[in-house]
Amino acid sequence: MSAGDNAAELQERVRAAAAARTALRPRGGGSKDFYGNDPRGEVIDTRRHAGIVSYEPTELVVTVRCGTPLAELEGELARQGQMLAFEPPRFAPQATLGGCVAAGLSGPRRAAAGAVRDFVLGARMLDGAGRDLVFGGQVMKNVAGYDVSRLLAGSLGTLGVILEVSLKVLPCPVAERTLRLDMDEPRALEAMNRWGGQPLPISATAWAAGVLSVRLSGAETAVNAAATRIGGEALDPAQSAAFWGDLREQADAFFAGDAPLWRLSLPSVAPMLVLPGRQLIEWGGALRWWKSDAPLGEMRAAAEKMGGHATLFRGGDRAGGVFHPLPPLLAKLHRGLKAAFDPAGILSPGRMYSEF
Amino acid sequence: MGEALVELNPARQAEVARALRAFLPARSVLWEVEDTRPYECDGLTAYRQLPMIVALPETEDQVQRILRTCSALGVPVVPRGAGTGLSGGALPPGDGVLLSMAKFMRVVRLDPLARIAVVQPGVRNAAISDVAAAFGLYYAPDPSSQIACSIGGNVAENSGGVHCLKYGLTVHNVLKVRGFTIDGDPVSFGAEGLDAPGYDLLALAIGSEGLLAVSTEITVKLLPRPQVARVVMASFNDVEKAGDAVAAIIAAGIIPAGLEMMDKPATRAVEEFVHAGYDLEAAAILLCESDGTAGEVEDEIARMRAVLAKAGATRTTVSRDEAERLRFWSGRKAAFPAVGRISPDYYCMDGTIPRKKLGEVLRFIAAMEKKYGLRCPNVFHAGDGNLHPLILFDANDADQLQRTEAFAAEVLEKCVAVGGTITGEHGVGVEKINQMCVQFREPELETFHAVKRAFDPKGLLNPGKAVPTLSRCAEFGRMHLHGGRLPHAELPRF
Repeated sequence: MSAGDNAAELQERVRAAAAARTALRPRGGGSKDFYGNDPRGEVIDTRRHAGIVSYEPTELVVTVRCGTPLAELEGELARQGQMLAFEPPRFAPQATLGGCVAAGLSGPRRAAAGAVRDFVLGARMLDGAGRDLVFGGQVMKNVAGYDVSRLLAGSLGTLGVILEVSLKVLPCPVAERTLRLDMDEPRALEAMNRWGGQPLPISATAWAAGVLSVRLSGAETAVNAAATRIGGEALDPAQSAAFWGDLREQADAFFAGDAPLWRLSLPSVAPMLVLPGRQLIEWGGALRWWKSDAPLGEMRAAAEKMGGHATLFRGGDRAGGVFHPLPPLLAKLHRGLKAAFDPAGILSPGRMYSEF
Repeated sequence: MGEALVELNPARQAEVARALRAFLPARSVLWEVEDTRPYECDGLTAYRQLPMIVALPETEDQVQRILRTCSALGVPVVPRGAGTGLSGGALPPGDGVLLSMAKFMRVVRLDPLARIAVVQPGVRNAAISDVAAAFGLYYAPDPSSQIACSIGGNVAENSGGVHCLKYGLTVHNVLKVRGFTIDGDPVSFGAEGLDAPGYDLLALAIGSEGLLAVSTEITVKLLPRPQVARVVMASFNDVEKAGDAVAAIIAAGIIPAGLEMMDKPATRAVEEFVHAGYDLEAAAILLCESDGTAGEVEDEIARMRAVLAKAGATRTTVSRDEAERLRFWSGRKAAFPAVGRISPDYYCMDGTIPRKKLGEVLRFIAAMEKKYGLRCPNVFHAGDGNLHPLILFDANDADQLQRTEAFAAEVLEKCVAVGGTITGEHGVGVEKINQMCVQFREPELETFHAVKRAFDPKGLLNPGKAVPTLSRCAEFGRMHLHGGRLPHAELPRF
């Protein structure tokens, strides 16, 4: 896909759809078509609006058009020894930056480094009327106006067509090591939380089937010292990269099989959940994946009881909506925001919640 | 006096006071001038307005009833934390209620295993770290006013500090905000987990300058205190060289815990005040901090020194112990009061620029010093591009005031022109509302107003702040083009 500025054509398309009240669904590589409620509307393909607009490693900021493949962007950053610290999953090689921000999904490093929204500095977007809007900027600190660009992260294309995003980038860690420890779930939960309160360079954790994996990232001396303290068995670098890569892309064996995949986002200290199925824990205890046939009501109730929320991430019976229902007042605020950005309701209707 | 001056309507005052007194004790409703006077301004003292009424609730239930009452009566409400804000965000309403959250001073819960603290909005920023210290934890954002400013105000302004490059702003360190809308409906944004369903309303609420909701309880993230922190102080004989050195540090793959720059006029003002041990011959100094384990810090400091030396530092000094580290920082943190000692008044700007534009912007500021005949020392959050030039002036001299105002406006507009922003961490408030017309075009401003309407359709919560009306911008544009000066130049602003 050749890089280029296709904003004018995209704008024309949104304007026409707004005039005709035709639903549109912004789509990049389509790597996350499975995510969210069933997409409605004609596809508006963002892939021809592509390319890195500006990247200066010493500014720690990159500005990228929405159709740019994530692989291309991360490749360019890696050549400069930098990275997207939130480790976004791609789920398919053609995944784009626009889709990454719209989906708002972050990978294994999230608990240590932050989520997509934490790294969004600015955005250019088309609203539901096709107006070309710019929010935020290319600088780390910016409090002029409401933080609309961070709001776009995870908005699933319902507020606008993301044209361009400026992201904060970080240097890749000098050293990285993965440790494996045999631990049952309660002990693993306790350990992850306890370590979180200590100055250790833990960049990712994952627990499944009695094994806790801990990734350390940082200066060589800090990684060595932490490895001694935590103990366990070290993986070789290739195994380590493959393990976290597979986890990030949900290519790990845990994710195989037809059972619905649930994503439970909970306080990290929430105790062990007893639910039917298999579980994988990430983010120091704050993210709990379940491969489970349990009914929607049971999963939501389990998450809610712990002060969290449940998402039907892949598969399963999606008739009841895949996202956790909002309390009435928040639902009202969502409708109000949707109306502010897309008064005609033409952008990705129903993808997040059926009512908008 | 600021331009927001509103005449008191005694009948309206009596009506609203009566309505509030129906459920609030006498101590919680103030309207006599001697009682409301202390609330007439925040940290931006040049704008003053007596509030019609000050309400000092003590419970969430009272906050809810105040908001319901005001909403029903159509009374504007302005929330206030510690009143240290520098942009007039808590400038009171002359026809409304100033809602002081000062009595919400409790740390409700601290969970060391979960590394969170649930605090009321009136809790001081530094007090959170004080309480967390017993568990080896702290709250990372550290605005220079941290001994006085409240966490509620930090949430409203998305406050930063000197350690943001590595540890982020308020938005990166708050998990959840509970509060009420202007209608008194309870809302909660975010979660004790790492995300919440739906739109990221937490990100939208943080930095919304009290225009979207009133917070009554805030859950913050606590971090483990690094084992060791040390700071390198580097001298440069040229300000631009110091700026290049910052880029060289980043290019070396180092993210310093703190990275600050001060120019010679700033270090001289500070040194007399706090004796921080700064190099007074240097054109600029950099403070570059490393934190982590002892070994990590030793390695990183060595790398930092090497990069700084290669970038042309004429001298580098590393803090030998914690006392010296704090002394090096004390000068930076005391920069504003220090400047306050050498000039009757000073005006602090807050623009952020891409770092590579530092030389250009500093040359521009130097040219403005000549153009307006006013001095302007610079302190600079170098790591994240946030500038705090301090224009020195005497507010009793009307001409100096006008020159200061025009000087500041030109600098902020320069920040926008080089790809930056008019405010990095102090907020727009009333102070920079005209410059919002420079940074944003009509469609973005319309969108901001639409966002506001989703939360507050009647526009009663902190009205007139943060986002200018389109007609104001039209007026500003006309005056700006024709006069080359800000509108209402006759009005003292600082």
